[in-house]
Amino acid sequence: MANDGDDPDAAFRVRNGDYVVLKRGDVYKSVQIQSKRKVVFEKQWFFLDNAVGQLYGTTFEVESGGTLKPQAPKGTQNAKEAGTDNRNIVDDGRSQKLTKDDIESLKEKGLKGQEIIQHLIDNSTTFRDKTEFAQEKYIKKKKKKYESSITILKPTARILALMYHGREWGKVCHLRYDTLAQMLTLGNIRAGSKVIVFETCAGLVLGAVMERLGGYGTVIQMYPGGGPTRAGMESFGFPPHFHDTLYEFPLCKMNALLGGKLDLESKDMDTNHSSGSPDESSDRIEDPSESGPREEASPLTQEMETSSEVPGVKVDEEDRKERERRREMKVRSKSINSEKKLKMEEKRRKLALAAAQLEGRNADGLVIASRFHPCPVLLGLLKFLSPSRPFVVYCQYREPLIECYTKLREQGGVVNLHLSDSWLRHYQVLPNRTHPVLLMSGGGGYLLTGTTVAMDAPKTSGQPKTEEPSAKRMKLQEAEGSA
Amino acid sequence: MSFVEYSEFIQEGDVAIIFLGHESMMAVNVQHGAQTQTRYGVIRHSTDLIGQRFGSKVTCSKGGWVYVLHPTPELWTLNLPHRTQILYTTDIANITLMLELKPGSVVCESGTGSGSLSHAIIRTIAPTGHLHTVEFHAQRAERAAEEFCRHKVAHLVTVRNQDVCKDGFGVTGVADAVFLDIPSPWEAICHAKRAIKKQGGRLCSFSPCIEQVQRTCEAMLDQGFEEVCTLEVLLRVQDVRSVTMSLPDFGPDDLTDPAQATSDPAPSNASVTLKTAIPPKEMAGHTGYLTFATKTRE
Repeated sequence: MANDGDDPDAAFRVRNGDYVVLKRGDVYKSVQIQSKRKVVFEKQWFFLDNAVGQLYGTTFEVESGGTLKPQAPKGTQNAKEAGTDNRNIVDDGRSQKLTKDDIESLKEKGLKGQEIIQHLIDNSTTFRDKTEFAQEKYIKKKKKKYESSITILKPTARILALMYHGREWGKVCHLRYDTLAQMLTLGNIRAGSKVIVFETCAGLVLGAVMERLGGYGTVIQMYPGGGPTRAGMESFGFPPHFHDTLYEFPLCKMNALLGGKLDLESKDMDTNHSSGSPDESSDRIEDPSESGPREEASPLTQEMETSSEVPGVKVDEEDRKERERRREMKVRSKSINSEKKLKMEEKRRKLALAAAQLEGRNADGLVIASRFHPCPVLLGLLKFLSPSRPFVVYCQYREPLIECYTKLREQGGVVNLHLSDSWLRHYQVLPNRTHPVLLMSGGGGYLLTGTTVAMDAPKTSGQPKTEEPSAKRMKLQEAEGSA
Repeated sequence: MSFVEYSEFIQEGDVAIIFLGHESMMAVNVQHGAQTQTRYGVIRHSTDLIGQRFGSKVTCSKGGWVYVLHPTPELWTLNLPHRTQILYTTDIANITLMLELKPGSVVCESGTGSGSLSHAIIRTIAPTGHLHTVEFHAQRAERAAEEFCRHKVAHLVTVRNQDVCKDGFGVTGVADAVFLDIPSPWEAICHAKRAIKKQGGRLCSFSPCIEQVQRTCEAMLDQGFEEVCTLEVLLRVQDVRSVTMSLPDFGPDDLTDPAQATSDPAPSNASVTLKTAIPPKEMAGHTGYLTFATKTRE
């Protein structure tokens, strides 16, 4: 990696404004570094100001007043005496001589986690009788409780997927990290691709796709409602040029786009229309959640100069000139509205750009992971893919994907359809104590994957099925039946 | 055609995947004048493939048809010539995510084997990353290098024919990630550590046996690796089926009305048809344990 400036590690230092991940044990939290901002993590509060300028991967001790202090590499604690088994250990609740109050007062004295644990060990009557293994376990447990160190990491898809799965499962439609891994690989997500993403997983899937594109290629995020959700993607802290590869397109305009009736002028018309009552229009514009349905509802399609058939970038450029002219005129007459109009112009410009990306119907990949029924979404978005491209659909439930599978088999245009889920088990690996971890995830969701192929000409014109030679169809069904 | 870029049309020298139907595929090297036999008849490369669009339907000599697909690392994994046991896509997907691979990553791998994982790594780290792959079997190394050339990814990979346990990866302090799939990974952990950047990186070892995992984990901890984590992941394929279940006949429900019972007998062949997905009778129940670890900054 290239080094900038005199500090060879400049690229590896935490800067103000960075998105970072806090780690303690197996718990993660994503935050942005902001000066004097209080952060609460694992029942502790602190400020991240001292992290600025430190290297990523540094572990900090939380000190009184919420300041962070970089921690020196820790030494390991070695048990000196150990029992052979637990026959002499009785659970009478009296093995720890320190009371809760004693421990609290130790904490108040400002003792570090390590020191408190040493006190606990010294005051435990049974510690020495425990087996070496049990001692280790005891220390580990107490460490978790009393140590207040946190590590600051650079966000990656792995870490954020682990974080969301661990803490905010519901926000990512129960998507497990190994399932996300399957999606990225089976979707052949890589630099230079044009990928369509539709997700309601807080932006995690979008971010993971963008990480794999590495700033090369294009992502078109399809979004429901008023605007795209991107918090998860923001947490990746991508460099600015990554954002240039990201386009957004509202699902509510998909029918218009597919029908070649996407009206990129309607917004302007709307503004003209409502310019009499600036209050009302400003309300609308400021609330993005309302603008989606409103656009759709707008019946004004008089300005036909932009046909969706015209190659997109040109449309956009012509558009912009035209809009600029118009805007100038309006700015003169109504300066109050100008800022809002600018915002709206920006939104429309984005729409035109995204439409141009989709219109070629030559996307290289499709990734769907949402709380919406996948069937209509998949059937609609598949139309934007080139032939011989993979697609992946995630769903928390199996049945909707069975429906997708059935519909796709009827409709044709795809091969290599697979419905699957994955099973994931972690292991404890220790000398003489290796076994599966007692708890495991019960399920990580389901995936439907496949590859697009060229549709036969009659099929595309509305009448699917019935085209294939009947002999072959039977053969195929037979083959499936026996598979 | 390249494994790191899509092209629209099939050209001489390309690899194309012939899709014959459910679960049946084959990879072909497209050459002028060449022919490929399938159960639906002959495919003539010059007329049936070259110049056609990837994803199009090709009619074979016996009138049956197939689809020709653009190769991807995943399709390659299912169709490559096996020179060794290979890694499959489920494990590969997790290795890629957990090693945090992305465009620009520098990766060390051993052994190269049949190149199944190598192709997937190359796809993900292109166009600015690099794969250093080490294979102790001379012929396998050679064959892999040839394949990378044919697949137009040779600029992204260096193949070395040496023993990673003795000689390491041939590079020092350059890797973001190291992957080991060798019989005694514990002997290569020190080389993995040396190959990884001083800023740190990720390590993965794949082993089928738990005893290997045990020794490898010990070696990782001895070498100062952190976050050592062993897991196992399996793909469960579900076959979508239409199933019909008969409904039992409980006889007439109103016994007080003998007229109804005789005039309206319950149909004995009543049934319900539903769409469901069933697991196959047998599935791959074990591939190998994946052990991941982090090398922290030196």
